[in-house]
Amino acid sequence: MADYTLRVRRFDPQTTRGPYWERFELELEPHRSVLEAVLDVRDRVDGSLGIRCSCRAAICGSCGVRVNGRPALACNTRLRDAAAGGLHPDGRTVVVEPMGNMPVLKDLIVDMDAVHWKKIHRVTPWLLNRRPVPEREYLVPHDDMADVTQTMACIQCGACVSDCLSMEVDPEFVGPAAAAKAYRFVGDPRDAEQPARLRDLAEDPHGIYDCTHCFNCIDACPKGVAPMSQIMRLRRISGSDHHIVDRNNGERHEEAFATLVHDYGLLHEAELLPRSYGGNSWFGKFHPSAGMELVESLPAIARAVARGKVKPAQALRGHRLAKRDLDAVRKVYDVVEGRARRSELNLYLSGVEEEAPAP
Amino acid sequence: MRVAYWPGCVSRGFTPELHGSMEAVAPLLGIELVPLDRAACCGAGVLAEHNQELADTLNARTFALAQQVDGAELMMNICSTCQGAQSECQERLDANAAYRAQVNATLAESDPGLSYEKGLTNKNLLWLLVEEIGLEALRAKVRRPLTNLRVGPFYGCYIVRPRRLLGIDAERPRDRYLHQVIEALGGTVIDYAGTYKCCGFPIVTMNKTASLKQAGTHLGDAMDAQADCLVVPCPLCHLNLDLQQPLAAKVVGRPLAMPVLHLPQLLGLALGLEPKQLALGKHVVKPSAVIDWSTAVVGAPAAA
Repeated sequence: MADYTLRVRRFDPQTTRGPYWERFELELEPHRSVLEAVLDVRDRVDGSLGIRCSCRAAICGSCGVRVNGRPALACNTRLRDAAAGGLHPDGRTVVVEPMGNMPVLKDLIVDMDAVHWKKIHRVTPWLLNRRPVPEREYLVPHDDMADVTQTMACIQCGACVSDCLSMEVDPEFVGPAAAAKAYRFVGDPRDAEQPARLRDLAEDPHGIYDCTHCFNCIDACPKGVAPMSQIMRLRRISGSDHHIVDRNNGERHEEAFATLVHDYGLLHEAELLPRSYGGNSWFGKFHPSAGMELVESLPAIARAVARGKVKPAQALRGHRLAKRDLDAVRKVYDVVEGRARRSELNLYLSGVEEEAPAP
Repeated sequence: MRVAYWPGCVSRGFTPELHGSMEAVAPLLGIELVPLDRAACCGAGVLAEHNQELADTLNARTFALAQQVDGAELMMNICSTCQGAQSECQERLDANAAYRAQVNATLAESDPGLSYEKGLTNKNLLWLLVEEIGLEALRAKVRRPLTNLRVGPFYGCYIVRPRRLLGIDAERPRDRYLHQVIEALGGTVIDYAGTYKCCGFPIVTMNKTASLKQAGTHLGDAMDAQADCLVVPCPLCHLNLDLQQPLAAKVVGRPLAMPVLHLPQLLGLALGLEPKQLALGKHVVKPSAVIDWSTAVVGAPAAA
């Protein structure tokens, strides 16, 4: 047995008292979970302490909370680890809070319906069959199905939604869990509506191009779903395979980036911006939407020039690799983009075959 | 120490003061920079989104060029985004021999004689400072302690997440290094909400309001915490936090005046260089105008 201090952020909707912190002392074996600690407090000290839980075995997804500021399943987090890696130097304090980005109903219970489930519903989370529906089962190549198993591992705990930094500033963002669910069907060879699903998510101003690529959802997920990687897959298939040119500049930005690295070897920022708005060619900057963006950016550009940060002639010319290296870069493009099928290595599926050294 | 130096694109493009201040501060740190001027853009995650193998092959080419630099102990970058994007590519290359062979076959076609061997060490300047130079040695090099300078660390996503990929653990708390470096230079670390958040830059062309709301919120939080300045190891964060700061102020509806320093600039100040040598006047929010240097940084540098 060991002594622990549980600091819990609490909220009681009936008293309309704002959130407050409460400290509980308890004694439990170090291998016990944070959930067991919360339940111990509820049984022994305060029966009103609210937490959602069911399976206690990291498969039902009910007990998502924040432990020491990071999203986690309470049942899947040992007291020993939480206390040692905690925010308090005493090595015995564990801080437990409700998840973020969702309204708190009571104590550690958040309103999953208002945010998480609503977003899941938004992506049509069921199979839309190819026709004709076979009399018996669909026959699907193993490899095609393996590709979506990563997203099928999702247990809908909401940990990724809790810490999504795009959702923090744009509550309408479809979010990591729903986007991963969308890929589960976009990547399913039995689904008939891949183009419609992609167009829907690409054209939505709060869809796949609203992800700010912060990796929080990858670290948050207790099941290795890597929602952000699924969002990147959705973008890749949407732009490269279906050529969906969306109203959010997502496809144009990606195409312009790839073209400019091909043409210059390095990133040509002054060309990337207008092309992201106006289209992927030198003429992109003359497109009305590029012009509007230019007008909006003029004060920033003027300041950068006035400060001597950017020299106009140099910025417009861009930097470029020497010819020999540029030829090599273009050769790489030719070989890789010339393949009949895009090759993609997913370490979730393939695993790491040898011990990889740290970067 | 001699390093294969990857400055990245933006440090030579829209934030030239970053590359310039790195070159100025390197000799003071005993770092010999051998620039990888034949290498291509890391792709910043966008190329990998477009075609994973393309990004992996271009970065394998960079790694192979780094491995050819005589006497270089490792490869060093000065951009969180380069670090993250390259670490992601390297993880795949190092994890699978067949995939590595496929990538190397492409390199053999594009640059005969060039080949990536598994196991390159690629470190951001921040990691190199703490792990190779050491905080004690860094402290000994300080000639003008940043006394009373209240600095907010802003890491940038790519250098703190995913934790496992970047090798962040109890033994190598790389998510605390910026805090440790600020303290070693004599500054005061400011605790504010934005330290590990996203600057918003990746979506600035896709959802400008959401993007600048992120930048503006973190800058405002730092002001509320009474920081004198932020320090970033990533030029892309710098673009959204500094260049776009006036626009971000409009989006969040509050005046903002928060100088944002590149990591080599903060180092240079403490190691005795003058603000002008570090191009501090080239920022949109001039640190020289906002910080009271007479109280924040004590006088002229001490004699060596």
